[in-house]
Order: sequence, then C-alpha cells, then structure tokens
Amino acid sequence: MTVAVYIAVMAAVTYLIRMIPFTFFRKKIKSKFVRSFLKYIPYAVLSAMTIPAVFTSTGNAVTSAVGALVAVVLAFFDLPLILVALAASFSAFLTGLLM
Amino acid sequence: MKSDFIRGMQHGIPIALGYLSVSFGFGILAVESGLSVFQSSAVSALNLTSAGQAAGVGIIAAGGTLLEMILVQLVINIRYSLMALSLSQKLDRRFTAPHRLLASFGITDEIFAVCSAQPGAITPMYMYGMILIAMAGWIGGTFLGASAGEVLPEAVSSAMGIVLYGMFIAIIVPPSRKKKSILFVTIAAAVLSIIFRYVLTMVSDGFAVIICAVAAAAVGALLFPVPDEDEEEQQ
Repeated sequence: MTVAVYIAVMAAVTYLIRMIPFTFFRKKIKSKFVRSFLKYIPYAVLSAMTIPAVFTSTGNAVTSAVGALVAVVLAFFDLPLILVALAASFSAFLTGLLM
Repeated sequence: MKSDFIRGMQHGIPIALGYLSVSFGFGILAVESGLSVFQSSAVSALNLTSAGQAAGVGIIAAGGTLLEMILVQLVINIRYSLMALSLSQKLDRRFTAPHRLLASFGITDEIFAVCSAQPGAITPMYMYGMILIAMAGWIGGTFLGASAGEVLPEAVSSAMGIVLYGMFIAIIVPPSRKKKSILFVTIAAAVLSIIFRYVLTMVSDGFAVIICAVAAAAVGALLFPVPDEDEEEQQ
C-alpha cells in the first residue's frame, strides 16, 4: 500500500469528524445540561491530555516537572499563550543543561 | 474597525508560533518513520492535528491496516466532534453551509479554545484568518523539522516536546483561577486521567481522554449548570 493512500484515509477521517457536527448541527441547544456540558468539554479534554502526559513530555521527569511548573505559574498570571509555552520549553531546556 | 479576518489572524499569531515549534518535532518524527519531506508536510497540511498525526505516522511506519488507521484517527480525534458541536452554538448567522464545510477543517484544540473564549458570535472571516496563519505555522514547522531535524541538538528537540502542553496549560489555568466550576472540571479530568494512566492501563490513550473528558464535563454540568445570561450575551 502506498503512503499516499494512508495519508488520504487519515485526512478523510479527520475531516469528517470535524465537518459533520459543525455543518449539520444548526439549532441552538435548549437543554441547560447539554449547554453546560459543551462549555466544560474543552477544559476537560485539554486537562486530561496534559496531565499526566506533560510530566513525560521531554523524556525526563525533572525537566518536564520544572517546565510544567513554570507554565502553571505564568499562566496563573494571565501571560500570553505563546510566552507560557516557550517559557515552559526554555526552562526545561535550562534545567537539562544544569543536570 | 479592523476586519474580522485581520483580527482572527492577530489572535492566531500565538497559535501559529506554538504550532511552528510543535510541528517541528512532528517533522523530525515523520522523517524518522520513513516519510519524505513532502509526505510529512502533506500530512500536516491535510490533517492539522498533533496527536492524530503522530499516531498515523506510526501506523504507516509499522505497515498497519487501513482499518486500524481509521479507528485510531476516530478515537484520537473524536474530541473535535465535541468541539465542533460546542462551537456550532456560537456561530454568527453569516456562517452558511459552504462556510461551515470549509471552516470545520480548521477546528483544532487551540483554535477552538481561542474561538470559545471570544465574547459574542464567531464570523467565518474571523475563523479563516486564524486558521490560515495557524496552518502556515503548522505546515512550515513540519517542513523545517523534516528537512533539518537531524542537525538539531538532542537537548533542544527534547525540550520542544513540552511546548504543546505549555499551550494547553496556558489555556486552562486562567479560567480555572476565575471560575470554580471550570477549576472543578479541570481537576476532575486530571485525576481521572492519572487513574487511567497508572491503574486502568488496558484502556488506550485515545479512549482514556474521551472517557475522562466526558465524565468530568458531565459531572461539572450537573453540579454547575451555566446560567442563562451566557446565552443572552451571544445574541
């Protein structure tokens, strides 16, 4: 099987997953439970994806933990997205140099 | 007044910079898995998703079946269905069917998060601006990583592994600080996720994320139903 077939199948599945609910769901949701659920879903997804995976993200527990801590502290003070992300990486890098 | 397209691009700049560094790592991975630079960049251009692409490239490298590819993409990316559904509640009336067909391609964790956090309805041009610049970062980073990844020192490329998570933390921490309901949901999802990772290890990562997120958001919705004024603000 050629790589192109794999890539095409992968892209088609990923697109349909996004397109179907976005295009065919037109009504405003009335149910308070469903509206609340949909409001909380992004935070729940990102939190579950981040913890505990962030602690193995650099391949080293100590540098990952330092990076994660720096990110949480900077995010707590509402610093911009990109600054938080790059500071996490930079602090993990510096910690790695010191070890 | 600035056009929605420009505003979308501006809001997309941090996403694009984050993607540039994250996809650099993906480019390295893809080439190591046997893809060419062009194929690696094509995967990024056609999928625009991190975890799904990494898993997909793994399946290509292992010579897996197409069925496996379909199932893995479904499980890892099904969260986009929830995000698409959530975002569909926030769309401006200008969002006609063709716009929805096009813009849905660009629903990622970060674009969704930024769009969700906007006060008021989302217009097609706003989303296009954000998607365009984010895609430029994602594809550009993949191309650079695939072309030049091997020359990068190990200490730098491993430290880049945390960039994506740093972005996620930057998205979830500020609202958790301001709203008890969101703090509850993020902690609940994190605790469940730790349990799946270390205790219920037979569940695959993709399924685990879905179960954790659905459970935490459902309990959050039961305990802290959102008040109606959120809805009125949007109209």
